[in-house]
Amino acid sequence: MTALTTGARASAVGTAHTRVEGRDKVTGAARYAGEIPFDGLAHGWLVLSTITRGRVLSVDADPVLGMTGVLTVLHHGNAPRVDIDYTGVLGMPPDPTIAVFQHDRVPHAGWPVALVVAETSEQAREAAESLVVRYEEEAHDVTFPGERPDASTGPGPGGPGATEKGDLEAELAASAFVLDAEYSTPEEHHNSMEPHAVTALWDGGRLEVVDSNQGTVWVADELAKLFSLDPASVRVRSEHVGGGFGSKGVRAHQVAAVMAATSLSRPVRVVMTRRQMFSLAGYRSPTTQRVRLGADAEGRLRALEHRCLSRTSTVYEFIESGAGPARVMYDAPAHHTENQVVELDVPSPTFMRAPGEAPGSFALESAIDELAEQCGIDPIELRLRNEPEVGPVSGLPFSTRNLPACFREGARRFGWADRDPRPGVRREGRWLLGTGTAAASFFAGAAPSTAAVTAEADGTFTVRINAADIGTGARTALTLVAADAFEVPTDRVRVRIGDSDFGPAMIAGGSMGTRSWAWAVTAAAGELRERLSLGDGIPPEGITVRSDTTEAVGALAQKERHSFGAQFAEVAVDVATGEVRVRRMLGVFAAGRIVNPLTARGQFRGGMIWGISMALHEEAVRDRNTGALYGADLAGYHVATNADVPLVEADWVDDPDPDDPVGIKGIGEIGIVGAAAAVANAVWHATGVRHRALPIRPDRVLTAGTRA
Amino acid sequence: MREFGYERAVDVSGALALLDADPDARFLGGGTNLVDLMKTGVERPGRLVDVRELPLDRVEPTGAGGLRIGATVTNSDLAAHPEVRRRYPALTQAVLAGASGQLRNMATVGGNLLQRTRCGYFADVSGPCNKRVPGSGCPAIEGEHHNHAVLGASGHCVATHPSDMGVALTAFGAVVEYETADGAGRVPLGEFYLPVGDTPHLETALPAGALITGVTLPAAPVAANSRYRKVRERASYAFAIGSIAAALDVRDGVVHEVRLAFGAVASRPWRAQVAERALTGGPADAGAFAAAADAELAAARPLPHNGYKVTLMRNLVVAVLSELAEEATR
Amino acid sequence: MATAPSPTYSAVTLNINGEKHTLTVDHRTTLLDALRERLDMNGTKKGCDQGQCGACTVLIDKRRAVSCLQLAVAAEGREITTIEGVAEGEQLHPVQQAFLDLDGYQCGYCTPGQICSAVALIEEHAAGWPSAVTDDVRPEAGPPPLTADEIRERMSGNLCRCGAYVSIVQAVARAAGIASEAGPVPGSAQDGSTREGAAA
Repeated sequence: MTALTTGARASAVGTAHTRVEGRDKVTGAARYAGEIPFDGLAHGWLVLSTITRGRVLSVDADPVLGMTGVLTVLHHGNAPRVDIDYTGVLGMPPDPTIAVFQHDRVPHAGWPVALVVAETSEQAREAAESLVVRYEEEAHDVTFPGERPDASTGPGPGGPGATEKGDLEAELAASAFVLDAEYSTPEEHHNSMEPHAVTALWDGGRLEVVDSNQGTVWVADELAKLFSLDPASVRVRSEHVGGGFGSKGVRAHQVAAVMAATSLSRPVRVVMTRRQMFSLAGYRSPTTQRVRLGADAEGRLRALEHRCLSRTSTVYEFIESGAGPARVMYDAPAHHTENQVVELDVPSPTFMRAPGEAPGSFALESAIDELAEQCGIDPIELRLRNEPEVGPVSGLPFSTRNLPACFREGARRFGWADRDPRPGVRREGRWLLGTGTAAASFFAGAAPSTAAVTAEADGTFTVRINAADIGTGARTALTLVAADAFEVPTDRVRVRIGDSDFGPAMIAGGSMGTRSWAWAVTAAAGELRERLSLGDGIPPEGITVRSDTTEAVGALAQKERHSFGAQFAEVAVDVATGEVRVRRMLGVFAAGRIVNPLTARGQFRGGMIWGISMALHEEAVRDRNTGALYGADLAGYHVATNADVPLVEADWVDDPDPDDPVGIKGIGEIGIVGAAAAVANAVWHATGVRHRALPIRPDRVLTAGTRA
Repeated sequence: MREFGYERAVDVSGALALLDADPDARFLGGGTNLVDLMKTGVERPGRLVDVRELPLDRVEPTGAGGLRIGATVTNSDLAAHPEVRRRYPALTQAVLAGASGQLRNMATVGGNLLQRTRCGYFADVSGPCNKRVPGSGCPAIEGEHHNHAVLGASGHCVATHPSDMGVALTAFGAVVEYETADGAGRVPLGEFYLPVGDTPHLETALPAGALITGVTLPAAPVAANSRYRKVRERASYAFAIGSIAAALDVRDGVVHEVRLAFGAVASRPWRAQVAERALTGGPADAGAFAAAADAELAAARPLPHNGYKVTLMRNLVVAVLSELAEEATR
Repeated sequence: MATAPSPTYSAVTLNINGEKHTLTVDHRTTLLDALRERLDMNGTKKGCDQGQCGACTVLIDKRRAVSCLQLAVAAEGREITTIEGVAEGEQLHPVQQAFLDLDGYQCGYCTPGQICSAVALIEEHAAGWPSAVTDDVRPEAGPPPLTADEIRERMSGNLCRCGAYVSIVQAVARAAGIASEAGPVPGSAQDGSTREGAAA
């Protein structure tokens, strides 16, 4: 038995390691969900509604069924019934959007009305585009924000709908400085590079689903419930995932593929087109947010109010909880937050990288910057003066709160001390220059997970855990965690992920994946080492130990648990053309123990680049007359290109989580939080003009001009 | 299934004959626009006649000091050509400002001139569009139009022409050459695109069945001091919201010759001849540049959300001409 | 071009990574779909299918192109190189090695297109081609140095939604054998990873 070699060995956790699947990814050998061959594969093509509200009168399937290669047309008139009266593994009811072809109602533009299945994808596409669907159209309402007396308050992923303490109006009246401003963010789309793709087939009485998702158990559980199947008879695999960002859960295409595979008794693949993703893959709701701040003469907050209005569909309530960050970041004797939502004839929004925090931090961290300007206090100093002792709403202690350390380290590296606070006074050629900063926070949680670890007879270890690597480097991170747990080199550890047969585990979401999985792996490894220490030798089939962290995670004490960060940006603005360029960016984070510095740095930077993209580029435009998106493709919806991204640096301060076996918090989302505000604050510093509506497009800069 | 033919032409007369034989046929160049439009359903040709391999891939000096550019010259080869870079640097800059390295390797000069608008309503076959379905209406006027035309549009269509290359070619007075089964013809680029009026679906003066064979750039010494500036909503790989091709010859502080064309503001690359006339013979200073821009833009008819383009183009005229004036006197 | 009985289909021979593949294609079939669905070469990715993302980038006659807008039938007679043909056997191409070592990716879906694009970019630069950020495009000005800004502009036809651009630029610079202006690369003396490793 060679497993338990002792003696000095460098920790794998904390040491840069290239991705274990890296060679497959750079050679093209890595196969994603839509790329795995199956005998007898048929291709499904979704047909989406061309009206925004109304009902389907008829689906004229017969002419299409006569076309070469066409196998079936599924629609509300012939599709099998599914059950949506359940609660999914995330503790939420399903978005009825996934229950395709169950009725004739059309609640939004791009609603799936049929699936055409054919022998080849060209045939399926040609037939789908030929399919005549007749509608009865009704008047629709997609206007946002407008006057919305029908808005309601409700909980989002970030917590309760409203929190309230203290007398807001009295404290505002007694404040030396008062800021009252409205901010807005547009409809934003995830746009993972890999479109949603699935293949479904029945094999030996089991439903086999090869999919691109953020959690195979999430998808397997809901498919079993939708189709009233024994959970053990559904297997979902997801080996390589080309990005998710919150959009790759249960979606219409998987349900349609299962229906078709069942009715045709052969494998059926359904892949969304890029254009379809804009209707079917979820998105981030637009928001309008009002922030009122009152401060005393020294800049200490007396009043904080943050109200966020977002939008959902008429079939499902998802609330973009932009008022959430204020509940963590800043305290005040009067402290009010509220998340409101209005139902419109639009697709259902969903989680998108840092839901709530991304748009909420834009408003709050812009407002803090505006208050600092009013008070004549440096914006970092203002934040440090308002560091809360305990959770502003909960009153609970923070597990760790190293935000000041992030600001101190960031300010030093960015050269903040030399900053002239006056706006609009730095010019270089046609460019006005400015710098800005903002704070970031994101919830640091863990969720119950199971893992199985096997000591193989050859001295290697196999880890089976239902993790998803959507680009996060989870497969590699867990390899490092396991190597440390077994005290062996990383090349003796094999990590297998993305298979619902491995048992329940946290999804890749909420910045909780790696922490939750690492906990389960560490727990199982610890027990396995105890077994091995008995010295009984390893049989040919190996020795396998399973873990379940439900109890341990449930025993975590109630605390405010968050990652924190300080964002810095320098921008150049040409006010004659409206162009804004980010020149450099720095983020310093306190986000738990960093497992793999190589991939972590990339993940932080990726989040910050999302912040650049959110600040300057991303905006899905919904035409109020048609109710549909204008320019729903990657030429019309701009995400940052390489040329938009300067040197972006990300680093971190020591911040191990004291209650996590590995010290991890989670880093998937905090990179975007505050990043757009830092850019917007820098645009103000460059030009003297506040941009409270994202994105800061050239036309908006041109129209705003300069304060001078 | 609809039948869908493909033929590869080896010479111009063969290409013309293949096209002539089928009313549903279209010429295929690099395919960067046509294949995309086939996927979105905007274009539904019954047959493609591939002209990419026609022997029209040369950039050659004309006897008169200009350049003749073959229709199948790729954007990349055009931009990299030493004589283009030397004599018409703004043309190289314009081409390089467009699309991406991959698309420039595929796209051809002839195809670039014939590319269709990137108006989102034009691309969405589920809704109306007068350019795509004559008489169906123009949703942009009441809808999303922040990147639509402010010059030369009509109540029937406010789409812009997306070309960058075409803006520089227009500034330099390029002439389009074509062949039909009945013989060859030429049309100045300034007259190549038809006024929008009530027929936005009729886009060019090219006779039916004609094949663009090349573009001739007349000699233009002024073009040696030229620049293309493009403003867009991200730093690269995006269509313009406003662009300018400018060339300037200043002698003793006086504008001897000037060329100006605007992109992304009209249904065609917009030669700013009013501004050119206003500037010629006058002072080369920012005040004169602004006055000339204002004279040109007096014809602008902005919609509620694209009025910024008037400011943008005025600022671009002043900025780019000022840079060229300064460099000319340096 | 070979003739076929139906006007909609043709038998074509495609030269891919030095091997000839003969197949009958629908004329509508793009090179991208022919690679992925007919030839089981899935390394070339479909991100948008509209020439708007670059994930499907391949080399055609040694130049980069988006295979989603290239009809397969029109690619007959041309030399096609896909990501599967970039390495020399087991030996990774320097661009591939640099992407691997410097983490020039996250989810990996845009990566084959990025790598094909970078391979061609280095050749384009070596040929003296200017770019949209080249100050002076006149031939007398000489070839522009391959700065970080030049790499960024020249790689902008390849979207990366994970936001790996910083390390992509570093990888291209390393592969091009040029010191990167894009900052310290992971593993270098300026990089914090060893410090963090020691602290952990």
